[in-house]
Amino acid sequence: MTAACAPGGETQQATAPPAPVTTGVTETEPVTLTVWDQEWGQVSKVWDQLNAEFMQEYPNVTIKRVNRDFGELKALLRLAIAGPKGPDVVEVNQGWPDMGQLVKAGLLLPLDNYAEAYGWTDRVSENVLAVSRWSPDGSQFGTGSLFGYTTFGEIIGVYYNAKKLDQLGLSVPTTFADFESALETAKQAGEVPIQFGNLDAFPGIHEYVVIQDQLESVDYLTDFIFGLQGNDLSFDTPGNTQAATALQDWAEKGYFTPGFGGGGYDDAVANFAKGEGVFMITGNWIVENLGAESSDFGFFVMPPMEAGAPPVSTGGAGFPLSISAGTENPDVAAAYLDWMTSDHAAELLLPTGQIPLSIGTAVPVQEGTVLGDVVGAAAAVSDANGMVPYLDWATPTFYDTTTAAIQELMAMRITPQEFVEQIQADYSNFQSSRS
Amino acid sequence: MEAEPAVASRAVAVGSRRRRPSRRPEYLPGESRRIGYLYVAPAFILYAAFNLFPLGQGINLSFYRWDGITPGTWVGLQNYREFFTDPAIREGYNHVLKLMVFYSFLPIVLGLFLAAVLSRIRIRGLTFFRVLLFLPLVITDVVTSVAWIWMYDVDGPIATALRHIGLGALVPSNGWLGDFNTALPAVGIFGLWGQFGFCLILFLAGVMKIPASLYEAARVDGANAIREFFAVTLPGLRYELQVVLVLSVIGTLGTFDEIYVLTSGGPGTATIVPAYTIWSRLFNLGQVGSAAALGIVLMLIVFAVTFVLNRLLERGAER
Repeated sequence: MTAACAPGGETQQATAPPAPVTTGVTETEPVTLTVWDQEWGQVSKVWDQLNAEFMQEYPNVTIKRVNRDFGELKALLRLAIAGPKGPDVVEVNQGWPDMGQLVKAGLLLPLDNYAEAYGWTDRVSENVLAVSRWSPDGSQFGTGSLFGYTTFGEIIGVYYNAKKLDQLGLSVPTTFADFESALETAKQAGEVPIQFGNLDAFPGIHEYVVIQDQLESVDYLTDFIFGLQGNDLSFDTPGNTQAATALQDWAEKGYFTPGFGGGGYDDAVANFAKGEGVFMITGNWIVENLGAESSDFGFFVMPPMEAGAPPVSTGGAGFPLSISAGTENPDVAAAYLDWMTSDHAAELLLPTGQIPLSIGTAVPVQEGTVLGDVVGAAAAVSDANGMVPYLDWATPTFYDTTTAAIQELMAMRITPQEFVEQIQADYSNFQSSRS
Repeated sequence: MEAEPAVASRAVAVGSRRRRPSRRPEYLPGESRRIGYLYVAPAFILYAAFNLFPLGQGINLSFYRWDGITPGTWVGLQNYREFFTDPAIREGYNHVLKLMVFYSFLPIVLGLFLAAVLSRIRIRGLTFFRVLLFLPLVITDVVTSVAWIWMYDVDGPIATALRHIGLGALVPSNGWLGDFNTALPAVGIFGLWGQFGFCLILFLAGVMKIPASLYEAARVDGANAIREFFAVTLPGLRYELQVVLVLSVIGTLGTFDEIYVLTSGGPGTATIVPAYTIWSRLFNLGQVGSAAALGIVLMLIVFAVTFVLNRLLERGAER
């Protein structure tokens, strides 16, 4: 009885297609490639251009682009990708509930043979690839076959208002202690030290992880987030507790926008762009809001505890492109992936704030602009292998657990020790359920 | 199978028109005839396809652990057990109980009070006021929610007004929606603003249908305004009260839109509600089985509450 009404079809692990004889499109018959993406704004326009150029290069290929917003793509993809009219190529969010489940269901193609043929693994550093790696049965994250590929990245760091920093007689801090004293100086001068609004809950994660990244090792954080050592790793560590203590301390000392708990993220970005606040901790995606070519703002990675230590920050791969296991033209799809991650694509996408992480790509950015700072910082972190995956990828429920715990921590409702215990409970729960 | 009784019943109908029945007719008027099923069939098929079938599917899913793609595993009542053991779910129902004060109790009390006052005095331009009070219900929740987010902001109009009259200390440092203690009541007051007009409109309509002679009789008997309310107005509004109570209680149990837009269940979990948990498990976490079980339990609770409320109100009416 249980078998008869069990939901979900049969699953088979997807088998990797054989390595193509040559790269590029060799097919000469007419081919239609359906691509699902969630890009918007300027990036979306560049995609249209890249698609048109691909079709010009290979006249027998027609690209059918299906553009959906992030939430819609997430909800519909599960239904569509298994069906006969599903996409051939799709932008998939990393992590357990998204790419992990699709891999487990055998709905995505392992890309290892293509990666070798096109030399993808040499173009970006391993930590950019790792977030798209899964064991073929989807039980291990961060290791195994490659199921998605991108050369574009994201990075979380600290934006600063150049004029204000100057007025306060400060320069870009080189140690964590420097940064903390800069916050104090800003506070004394009556400025808002860190522009922040946490009504949307997700920004709180970014404030926490940039501190955590300086107090825990990249190896620990990566293994913890990928769950590579199961329950042998715990969130209840001195470093994580210390990071929580620092964040709570900052909140208590009034280093954040007054009333940050009730302020929206978009408002915070707008206020920072208007000149309110000395610093703002967030990701590369606000470059366009500040004016990519502007020199009124700058960007640096949260400085390390000890001066001169290699830069570490949360970030890494942006949305990767994956190939559906049901596609009839995997070779054409692979050629498309290569096209969308080429140096040419990087050049077109750069002005939109998309950060190229491909090694050895000379990107024409102007020094001294926000965009220049962000691209430079991302390259430095990536080259030093200092990219830490997003903390909320650790378990399917980690986003909800950490955002709620950070809100409570910053409202002084829980102690740093209770904070790490709350998060550890979620982690051990999930790790136990895996075995 | 259905064709046979259809023919037979037509024969009877034709026969009984021609002559007086010599024997008791097969069907008395109002007595059930199998042809009735045929009339019901079109509606029933649609209802079954779009309501009963998905419900059955939902019940089936609730016994599985399923992520929405890979084969589910049978877990029996595990998902239902969670309902009793998961403190997050208990917290959600706790919040709903508190919200009922704002979504159900207060709108009814205020609505009754105003209806009683309006039944005693004539107000010029009543239609205008009715439209005004009903307006919140006509505008989409999501739109009004966005406006309320701004009003509740730490620099919003309410806070600014309070500061102007020297009551700035009443403004929580994170605004009303960002404060752990005030977020839920703030959502509640937003709901009250929307619900109140609905209650008042129904009660006003109800008051108009109470015969004026009853009021006159009460006044002749020397009843004051309060006696008049309890002796005439309240009993006269029994059915409206029942409708409002049942609808608002069910509505509160299913609260979702305002939480989704206003607070996303935050700060922390201070405004989490069952419907939000169900949505989040289904679409964010891919816990389809667990979401289905929670949905079924919520449905059963709504049924039970409706049943109990109706029984209580009907028994009260018989007395």
